[in-house]
Amino acid sequence: MSEIERVQSFVYYEAQLLDEKKFDEWLALLTDDVLYWMPLKRDQAEEDIYNSLLYEDKLLLQVRIERLKSPRVFSQLPPSHCQHVLQHPEVICQGDKEYQSRTPFIYLESHMDTQITLGGVVHHELVNVDGELRIRRKRIELLNRESALPSIQLFL
Amino acid sequence: MTASTTRFANPADVTALVRDDEVHKDVYIDADVFQLEMDHLWPSTWIFLGHDSQIPMPGDFMTADIAAEPLIMLRDKDGCVVVVKNRCAHKGAKLVSALSGKLSSNLRCPYHGWTFRLDGSLRSIPEPKGYAGSKYDLLASDRTTADKSIGLSRVKNVEIYRGFVFVKLSDAGLGFHEFFGDSLSSIDNMADRSPEGRLEVVGGTFRYMHNCNWKMFVENLNDTMHPMVAHHSSAGTVKKLWYADHDKTDVKPMVVEQFEPFVSNYKFFDDMGVKIFPNGHSYTGVNFSIHSAYSAIPGYHDSLVNAYGKEKAENILATNRHNTVYYPSLTIKGAIQTLRIARPIAHDKTLLESWTLRLVGASDEHLKRTLMYSRLINAPTSVVGHDDLHCYRAIQEGLASSDNEWVSLHRRYDESERIDISGEYKGNSEVSMRGQFRAWRERIVASMQAQAS
Repeated sequence: MSEIERVQSFVYYEAQLLDEKKFDEWLALLTDDVLYWMPLKRDQAEEDIYNSLLYEDKLLLQVRIERLKSPRVFSQLPPSHCQHVLQHPEVICQGDKEYQSRTPFIYLESHMDTQITLGGVVHHELVNVDGELRIRRKRIELLNRESALPSIQLFL
Repeated sequence: MTASTTRFANPADVTALVRDDEVHKDVYIDADVFQLEMDHLWPSTWIFLGHDSQIPMPGDFMTADIAAEPLIMLRDKDGCVVVVKNRCAHKGAKLVSALSGKLSSNLRCPYHGWTFRLDGSLRSIPEPKGYAGSKYDLLASDRTTADKSIGLSRVKNVEIYRGFVFVKLSDAGLGFHEFFGDSLSSIDNMADRSPEGRLEVVGGTFRYMHNCNWKMFVENLNDTMHPMVAHHSSAGTVKKLWYADHDKTDVKPMVVEQFEPFVSNYKFFDDMGVKIFPNGHSYTGVNFSIHSAYSAIPGYHDSLVNAYGKEKAENILATNRHNTVYYPSLTIKGAIQTLRIARPIAHDKTLLESWTLRLVGASDEHLKRTLMYSRLINAPTSVVGHDDLHCYRAIQEGLASSDNEWVSLHRRYDESERIDISGEYKGNSEVSMRGQFRAWRERIVASMQAQAS
């Protein structure tokens, strides 16, 4: 398998873990300095002093995952379910240690009688750590970020 | 305002919905009650529209709907804030659809090209001869036939308080200062936290659609007994994860500082206190609040002392109110510089907007803290917001039950309570909600009576 194919498989695998709600396994794919980012405006630079729908480090992602295990996670009783539908990732290799990928996606999240449909492009920044791929950054450019949004409860 | 064709024909039908210590469920779930509110409560009270920092230059505009009335707030060529209805004088098209932007010197209708000056007056019509003799006759030399009032309707009742722009759509109701009274001290405290006494709306808006009645959100802002229950799964988890490998003396990251107080105990929130004002306004956090223990930002204290002197600066910083409700539309957090605005759409649909403000003259660290708070607590992606909305929705659905037509506001109710005047109460009292419904009843009835006479 080429390096590019390896990265593509990884991106698909990550989405599959989220759809199967294997959140602890997903968390293990993240570096300790991970950034999980969903900007609020278009072309938002990280140094802009502007809000984001998500700008989360590993602690905040752990909070989301641990919260889902709480008996009092009222908004998830009953739980939501999600499905990522990914387009083929475009991969750029930077040396043999770092990779960037760009993956257009459709994301469905269902909760009881309601299903929401979101779409956009997800950008991964991946690094080789002891021979394994890890996510250092995941930036989600949501298509309808200006819209009035309903609750988005799981991980895009 | 056109009289609505609801089942609420006279004031007695309205007063029957509100008792001293409970309200009828229809105030949340009935479409006719919603129409009543949109016909009488919202037009006759001062509703928050925007902040003048959003339109700094001539031609800058922002739009919003208030009680289904599409409005444009703009800065005219003289630098004044003008509010006009977003409805062309010709066929009624909205002139601008964007939430904000910049106009050239005119407003131009996208349909037939009628143009209006920034003060709303009609400037030009293509093929004006076609209107000879009509009230739209711009060519008449003496303009006798042309009605000078033709143009975009201007909202007359506009008040700007420290940059906060409020409108009252009808002539019924109280004057601005009579309506808000001393509750304006919360806006003062937020603005005074800037060494220059000025605020700027920056950082983007969260637009979070709630499938619930607007009042559930507004009431929740001074409900001190839900955080430790509804937010246990979020704030409690932050606390659990942090203290698993840290102790009380460790310096906490901002995330922990912001989440941890949500799961304070009942005594904490009770001791925090609530203050009510006439006309439904109130704030929690009379003595301290969930925002009191934030770390100091270096240099800030000194900049306020330089600006205001030691005594005033320390008074400003010692005021850490929790949520102030400017009934019915606006809720603010002065201590962390956020706004949440209710934009009701239907009896079971409310757009909630969350805005962030910069303290002009203070460091970016303040704004970063503000943005983090708004993101963690108010965004459509917030684990705190999810549980709040879940509860509001659960009420919306649960009240369909025929079991009990009345919704309780009994907590710490006392027959001698004077909700018609300002007063301080223990934080866990539901007095703020009783005050809101008293104002709800009074304002609707007064507007109905004004319309009838």
